[in-house]
Amino acid sequence: MRISEQIDALEVMALNPIKYLVGPILLAAIITFPLLNAVFVVVGIYGGYLIGVQLLGVSAGSYFTQMSSAVTLDDIWGGLYKSLSFGVIVAWVCCFKGFYAARGAEGVSRATTQAVVMSSVLILVWDYFLTSIL
Amino acid sequence: MIRVVNLHKAFGSQRVLAGVNLAIPTGSIYTIIGQSGVGKSCLLKLLIGLLQPDVGEVWVDDTEVSHLRGRALNQVRARFGMLFQGGALFDSLSVYDNVAFPLREKTRLRETVIREKVRERLVQVGLAGVEGKFPAELSGGMRKRVAMARALVSEPEFLLFDEPTTGLDPIRVNSIHKLIHDLHSMLHFTAVIVSHEIPEIFSLATQVAMLHEGSIVAVGTPAAIQSSTNPLVQQFIQGRSDGPIEAN
Repeated sequence: MRISEQIDALEVMALNPIKYLVGPILLAAIITFPLLNAVFVVVGIYGGYLIGVQLLGVSAGSYFTQMSSAVTLDDIWGGLYKSLSFGVIVAWVCCFKGFYAARGAEGVSRATTQAVVMSSVLILVWDYFLTSIL
Repeated sequence: MIRVVNLHKAFGSQRVLAGVNLAIPTGSIYTIIGQSGVGKSCLLKLLIGLLQPDVGEVWVDDTEVSHLRGRALNQVRARFGMLFQGGALFDSLSVYDNVAFPLREKTRLRETVIREKVRERLVQVGLAGVEGKFPAELSGGMRKRVAMARALVSEPEFLLFDEPTTGLDPIRVNSIHKLIHDLHSMLHFTAVIVSHEIPEIFSLATQVAMLHEGSIVAVGTPAAIQSSTNPLVQQFIQGRSDGPIEAN
């Protein structure tokens, strides 16, 4: 939107582009990241089931019993907090990089690469701190 | 009236404007010509506060714009409309929603009134019946017309055109120029047009200024510019590669 001057068009209309662009993306990330996290948790549990039960011969009963005894409510909450904060980080970094992208299509590619790299590194660092706190 | 006083702008070490002075009379069609990359679009963005000058002032009537921020700047911007080079239409909105957007966001008009205003503007730009289409489904000329309808829908006093005919064939260039002329006669806005459509732009403009190496080198009526003895002006309007302007 920066390259095609749509952000400038919002400003010329005396409208705040942050409200129109960053707000909805931040809200969407806060809603979708915990939901995605839940999907991946379910996929992880059934992935473990396939490997453990179907390939390695662990009984299905002990797999699920061990899982329910090993996983506590704090783990669930921890996952929720982390996914929420990761959503904020990803939305914030990507909006910032997109908002200030310059120099045509090349600038968009560069901003995209920088946003992916910066989000990944920040998530790694933030995950380390959050894990040590929680 | 818009007045530009001793405007300087640089991006890093690249000096773009170096002491531009302009006086754009109310109700005129003021055209800024000059080579590509000479800073014409930058000047237009400085007029509306999308960029801030390093030195100098931009006056819109009695208000100095260049140092305004927030609500005060928005009050000035509400008097302007701008047609960007590529139209700057919102990809995710239909033609109708694009044109209705400023009214929906900046006014408390009812949807029936907005619909009527949008239809009126689209008829004026010759695009009745395309309300449901999306920008990607339109030709370059149609996109510019829709952008013009969007810029006009809030009835601005000043309308800035950033190369409104770039990338269009000669027939569409003339049709856009005629459209600007007709709309100007009808709505009496002050138009500032950045263009290098020579000589077509001379039949539209009431005043022409030429920007070269960061400053205005000639100002006058189209006839005065065409008969100017300034070698920079003559080389540019004749499109010659030999002369004081380096063709790089």
